[in-house]
Amino acid sequence: MSNSLYGPLPDVAEDAGYTGAPERRGFFTDTSVCIGCKACEVACKEWNAVPDDGFALTGMSYDNTGALGASTWRHVAFVEQTRPRQVGDGGDTRWLMASDVCKHCTHAACLDVCPTGALIRTEFATVVVQSDVCNGCAYCVSACPYGVIDRREDDGRAWKCTLCYDRIGDGLEPACAKACPTDSIQYGPLDELRERARARLDALHEEGVTEARLYGEDENDGVGGAGAFFLLLDEPEVYGLPPDPVVTTRDLPAMWKWAGGAALALAGGVALSFLGRR
Amino acid sequence: MVPRAEFRSYYGRPILKKPRWKAPHMPGYLYLGGLSGASSTMAALADATGRQRLALTGRITAAAAGTAGAGLLVAELGRPERFLNMLRMFKPTSPMSVGSWILAGQGGFTMAAAASAVTGIAPGLGRAAGAAAAVTGPLVATYTGVLLADTAVPAWHEAYRHLPLLFAGSSLASGGAVTMIATPRGDAGPARRMALLGAGLELAAAGALERGMGLRERPELVSEPYRTGRAGVLLRTGRALTVVGAVGAVAASRSRAAGVIAGLALTGGALCTRFAVLYAGHASAEDPKYTVIPQRERRTVS
Repeated sequence: MSNSLYGPLPDVAEDAGYTGAPERRGFFTDTSVCIGCKACEVACKEWNAVPDDGFALTGMSYDNTGALGASTWRHVAFVEQTRPRQVGDGGDTRWLMASDVCKHCTHAACLDVCPTGALIRTEFATVVVQSDVCNGCAYCVSACPYGVIDRREDDGRAWKCTLCYDRIGDGLEPACAKACPTDSIQYGPLDELRERARARLDALHEEGVTEARLYGEDENDGVGGAGAFFLLLDEPEVYGLPPDPVVTTRDLPAMWKWAGGAALALAGGVALSFLGRR
Repeated sequence: MVPRAEFRSYYGRPILKKPRWKAPHMPGYLYLGGLSGASSTMAALADATGRQRLALTGRITAAAAGTAGAGLLVAELGRPERFLNMLRMFKPTSPMSVGSWILAGQGGFTMAAAASAVTGIAPGLGRAAGAAAAVTGPLVATYTGVLLADTAVPAWHEAYRHLPLLFAGSSLASGGAVTMIATPRGDAGPARRMALLGAGLELAAAGALERGMGLRERPELVSEPYRTGRAGVLLRTGRALTVVGAVGAVAASRSRAAGVIAGLALTGGALCTRFAVLYAGHASAEDPKYTVIPQRERRTVS
């Protein structure tokens, strides 16, 4: 239990109360092979019957969904960069594309703060909202350090990626991974994905792509490692990802201590006020 | 002035979602919960020291404010008809779950105490309920600091030391203020002292927050949302009103009119403070610099 708010957690499902749970499942999104086709966005919408999220043109390259949200569970970011590279290589324009998704954190703030138990940890160690329980308090919306989950205003409830809970339980891969034509989105047991990602990172570094880095694979990070992690070609914030997110509940014991002190101060203040004669 | 921050982002878009909690519901609830909490504690002490007029005011205020505050909370839900799901479980990792149970206790105890005080039925049970509300009261007034701080919103999370103290002070001042207005001068002595003590704590905590005192990472940046924009204006207005109210509370021992003016000013100050905290949170979630810069520095250092 010492690690249950923060830090590495060897068996996430067991910590959540499961016995004999299957291996932890997750996503490895290798953005170096993403071609920006948005098949993941479309497949996700189709399979999960997610309503449209507006048809606005943002002017942000080919990105017209903008960010993850209640009705956008996969979001492909497009970043156009013109910058000097190696001598003789002439300062190319490069186009970064990355399909973002819920991180299914080891320590998920949304799950921690949910007051109704609508957000649950599944046996695959993923995080899912039970829409028949959610009462739309929106605490999860403010708690997520990645800005993933949101409340659908016409519906009143919070929604996000389920890692296709209904598919993986049947041995199928999630719709986005299934539809991805370049295997930029890979689904599988998390340990296997981490190994594959490290091998890919080494290969890219050997090829001279020194800017390649993994994001969210480290179980010593602020969320205890993400169930959905990424290979990026620039700093995380360039893709709209926080550089060093920390689960807010890490500090919860300290917060309650200060609140307890403040409650005592209030009670003491009232008591002090009764010391006078009138 | 904070120097212009250098950082990278995705088209300047926010990383965090803007909190769905909005005005007037959330700040209204923060104010009413604080008022209810301070009033119920005051009522119990007034009862114990034989100040029946003061106890009656406190019990009615505590019950009315608690009920109205809970109503605002329900109205802010996306699915208000499911508000009872809040009591589906007790979940220590969720300040909102813990708070719902505290609020349920506060509501029950203050209603019972007020009903008994007004009707004269079951005075023994009424006093017992009032005594229980003296315990839940300070918790209702201060847990809200944890409620806001236990989020990814930089201006709230980083202020987890300040917010409970700010709310404690503001609640003391609010309870004293309403009691000064509703109670004859001769009975309101403890309320005037509560108002003064509360105003002092509120001013100190808000001042520290505004200056970034006691914030760990990048204090001048993290506290910026409390100094600028709508939150900054509200916090400064609240301070002016609270100072006026504190001065008025001193004069209120000789003049009922001064007591009423002080009560109104302190109430206005407490409301401004709560709205300021909400808007500071919104501002800090909407600008990616508050998310990226402290995190980027943390990574560079470690």
